[in-house]
This record gives sequence, C-alpha cells and structure tokens, in this order.
Amino acid sequence: MADRKPDIKVDVPGLVHMLYNQLTILSVVIILAIMGYTVYITYLDAYYQPEPDQPVAAAAPAMPVSGIVNGVDTETGLIAKGNWEIVRANCTSCHSAKLITQNRQTREGWQGLIVWMQETQGLWDLGDNEDLVLDYLATHYAPEDKGRRAPLKDIEWYVLDLTAAL
Amino acid sequence: MAEKLSTQFKLHPGDFTRRGFLKKSALATMGTMLGADIVFGKNLPPYTLPLAFQQSDPLKELGKHPDMIILNDKPWNIESRAHLLDDDITPADKMFVRNNGLLPLDNDPYNWTLTIDGESVPNPKTYTLQDLKEQFTHHTYQLVIECGGNGRKEFNPPAKGNQWELGAVSCAAWTGVRLKDVLADVGISNDAVYIGYYGKDIHLTGNPDKTVISRGVPMEKALEDETLLAFQMNGRDIPIIHGHPLRLVIGGWPASVSGKWIHRIAVRNKVHDGPKMEAPSYRVPCEPVEPGAKVKDEDFCIIESMPVKSLITYPKSGAMINKGQSLPIRGHAWAGDLRVSKVEYSIDFGATWQSADLKPAPNRLAWQRFTANVDFPQKGYYEVWAKATDSEGRSQPMLVPGWNPKGYLNNAAHRIAVKVS
Repeated sequence: MADRKPDIKVDVPGLVHMLYNQLTILSVVIILAIMGYTVYITYLDAYYQPEPDQPVAAAAPAMPVSGIVNGVDTETGLIAKGNWEIVRANCTSCHSAKLITQNRQTREGWQGLIVWMQETQGLWDLGDNEDLVLDYLATHYAPEDKGRRAPLKDIEWYVLDLTAAL
Repeated sequence: MAEKLSTQFKLHPGDFTRRGFLKKSALATMGTMLGADIVFGKNLPPYTLPLAFQQSDPLKELGKHPDMIILNDKPWNIESRAHLLDDDITPADKMFVRNNGLLPLDNDPYNWTLTIDGESVPNPKTYTLQDLKEQFTHHTYQLVIECGGNGRKEFNPPAKGNQWELGAVSCAAWTGVRLKDVLADVGISNDAVYIGYYGKDIHLTGNPDKTVISRGVPMEKALEDETLLAFQMNGRDIPIIHGHPLRLVIGGWPASVSGKWIHRIAVRNKVHDGPKMEAPSYRVPCEPVEPGAKVKDEDFCIIESMPVKSLITYPKSGAMINKGQSLPIRGHAWAGDLRVSKVEYSIDFGATWQSADLKPAPNRLAWQRFTANVDFPQKGYYEVWAKATDSEGRSQPMLVPGWNPKGYLNNAAHRIAVKVS
C-alpha cells in the first residue's frame, strides 16, 4: 500500500483548452463590467445630477486633497498655520475638526479638554505633541471678550410684505 | 490624481438604504474610484461615508432643512433656527440633532428588544418591540426636548462643547407606551431610586466596549404619564438620527435624558452612574460661581427641569416694514416641568413691556403658542424681545444668566431685529 504511487495523468491539450475558455469568460465579464460602469457614470449620473444652479458641462477645476485657501485647510476647516498638521493627526481621528473650530478656550481650558478626553473618551497620551497642540489651539482658538450679552449681528435684512401673508 | 474624490463622486438619493446604510452599488462605485475595495464598508454606521467621499451637502441626505446649521459632523450635531421652529409641532426636517456617538449599525425594528433590569428589578424581563406595541396602551404627547447646552454660544468666558445658539429645542408629537406601564408589568422593588438607559450608538473611538452616553432620571420623573418609550414621531417611524426604532422620551428635562436607540433600561437603587451622568456633564455648580471659576466635581449638581424660555418664530430676524404698519409676531414659550403663565414683549430694550396673547399647552410639557401685534412709534432700528414667566413667577433674564463651566441653561430673552422706514 505504501508503494502505490498516485495515478496522475496530465491532459495537456485539455488543460490549455479549459484555461482558454476561462480566460474568454473572464474577459467578457471584465468588458461587460467596464461597459456597465461607463453607462452608469455617463447616463445615470447625468440623470440624477443636473441641478439648476450648477452648470453641468463645465469641468470643475481639480480640487487638491488638502488645499489651503485663505489660510484655512479646506478639508478640516482648521487654520493652516503653525502646528495644525499635528492637531489634525491627533484630534480628528475620533471627532470632527468642527468641534475645535467652533470652540474658543485658553491654553488651560484646552488642556482641561485633553485631560477629560484622556480620562473618559479613550484619547491617547500625546507625549511631546501635547505642548505643540496646545500652542496651536491657544494661539488660533483663543477666547474673545463678548461682554455679558453681545449685540445682534450678521442680521440679514429683508423686506417683509405684511399685506400678502396672514 | 490629486483630485478630491468627494467632488467626483456624487451621492444619489438612492445610495443609502431605508435604514441609512450605503448600498452595495454605491460602495462598489466608490471602491472603483478609490482604486481599492472599501473593506468592511458594510460596517460603516448609517449615513456615514468613507472619509475620502464626505459630502458637501449632508443636510439633504439626512432629511434636514437646508437652513439648518451643522455644528459637528462626527458625531452629528445640527441645530435649528428660530424662524424654522414656527410650526406648533416640530417636523423632522427642522428638528435639532445632538448625538454623542456614531449612529448604531443595528436599527432593525423586527429584531429589536428592550430589557428591563437593574438592582431594583427582582425579575428582569425582555420585550420585543412588537411586545411593547401589542401589550401596552399607546399614548401621544407633544413634548419639548431641549438640549441642556442650548444657548451655550453666549457664555463668556466661553464654555466647552458644541456651540449651540438657540435652535437646540423641539416640540414634536411622540407616540409610544408609558414607561410606568412597562415597569409595573416587570415589577420593581421599593428601593428604586433612578432609571438609566442604554442605547446602541457607537463610541467615537469605535470601541464596542465603551458606552457612549447612559443617563436617566429619578423614579418620580420616570413614572410620569408623559414619560414614553416612543416608537413614532409625528405619526411616523422615528427617523434613525432621532432614535429609531425605540427612544425614551422625557419632556422638560435636558434632552440627554431622552435616550435614543434604547435596548436596555436599568432601574437603579442609587443615582444612575452611566457615562455623562458624572460631573461636569449635564451638571451646574450647586452654588452660583463667578464667571471663569474652577468648580470641583463634588460641587456640581445634576440638571433636572429646564428653565422658562421662549422663541420668537415669526418674523425672521431682520424684517423691514413701513411706518404705520402693525407687525404680527408669534412664537413658543415653555418652562420645563412647569407651565408658562405669561409672555411679554418689549421694543425698547426692556424699559416697557406689553402682554402677548398666550394659549394653554395641548398637554403637559408641550410648548405654548404666543402671539401679539407690535406697533412702532417712529422710524428706526428696533429689537423685539420676548420674555416668558413660569407658573412659579420666574422670568427669563435679559442678560446671559449665571455662568457655569459647561455653559448650560442659558434662557436669556430671545431678540429679533426690525427696521421701520
């Protein structure tokens, strides 16, 4: 029993034929997929997309992945100065950068937030980066004195036609 | 290839399933454009896109009015505006969103269960959503839900967190079963002190062992008629972002007690101690402090009933009218657990006050409609201020009230600008 060799016959022409068939099927599938995708983006996109206020034909200028416009990173909204990339790397993997940009705190206040996130929210030890992060936040997102109640501002004036409604 | 993918990939109305997940076709398209499969794409929380594809117009996809304001997109925090809140019953598209974590992956109503357990429940019990709907009487109430931090933006020195201006409040019609009916069916012991909810939202870190938020109320509030385990909002399934398929709805208290995507309620023999029950979350200093003061954890007290407040919802701030025209104004007033007893308005920065017409609430804990016709003595710039008073005689302050570290409970009078020419 130990001497018995496995009975293997290699049918070379048959194998070639089989491979040929499989390759043919595969290429047909790939061609169909490409055609399908082309139809999808050409027609379905056109079907869904024409929004009245957006010129459809105009090729939009390419937007860089993390462009900086007027000193602000377009991707995150962070002020693109100083240590902003360290802040982006450490602060935006869990929460949106909007949580930074809408807040104003002193260095101490920002540090309190980091400690709170470390104690309760699973933030890691920032090591040497903590000072760099705090430098950035305390410089670019520092509090302004608003007084006890700020005047109404950014009022959008409009004519209210009191004869039409009501 | 340095093109932003989100400008190439346009999200279509049908790319999310009814339950908020990206369809396979959309994932495949994005994978092709990215040049790589989006591994675990099917595990993306509802209404979430891979980072490379994040959209410029998520309000549309979330079913929100285009004038709503996105404060935060991870997690979703979206606020309404005074003029959008004019309806008696707040429609879904104008309702603020305050989420602490990511939307749950599982929101299938057909396999949803609610477990009642905790120290004060001798025999824990689990109900399917269908059990709840079939075994208990349904009730509908219009309930004011206001974020504890609504108005935070005005505090000085600034308080930490989402900078809500004034739109983190709503009054929708919620339908469900009374929590007290369910607790009576389960049976709770005499030492019950507090309830604590548990939802299926996902912690921002993605850590499945971390609870995002788990808050609650004392038994007395939990057993009120209006405390609902709700499965409908405004007569339809609750939108996913607002807690589908099951939400605990408790009017008049900080909105964070109205837990979303509820799968468990613990009846505790002590004050509930889930995440965001602890100081400083949803707590204010027990004794008033000077602006900017440091407050020790043990000196904070849990916020209960919200304070009296009002909004002028018509007209939108910035109206220009002609001299001699009388300006109709209207809005809502609410007072936490209490009633509103009167609403007044002033056009001279509080020097004189006139009464507005005030309607009773359709049910307890709903907001009340006020209306008035305002006359202006001469041309010029005016501010119309509204001031509500609760049934215990407390009114809204004109200035931002007592500073507190987290910026809660700002009920300063709402103001709109008017020009008469």
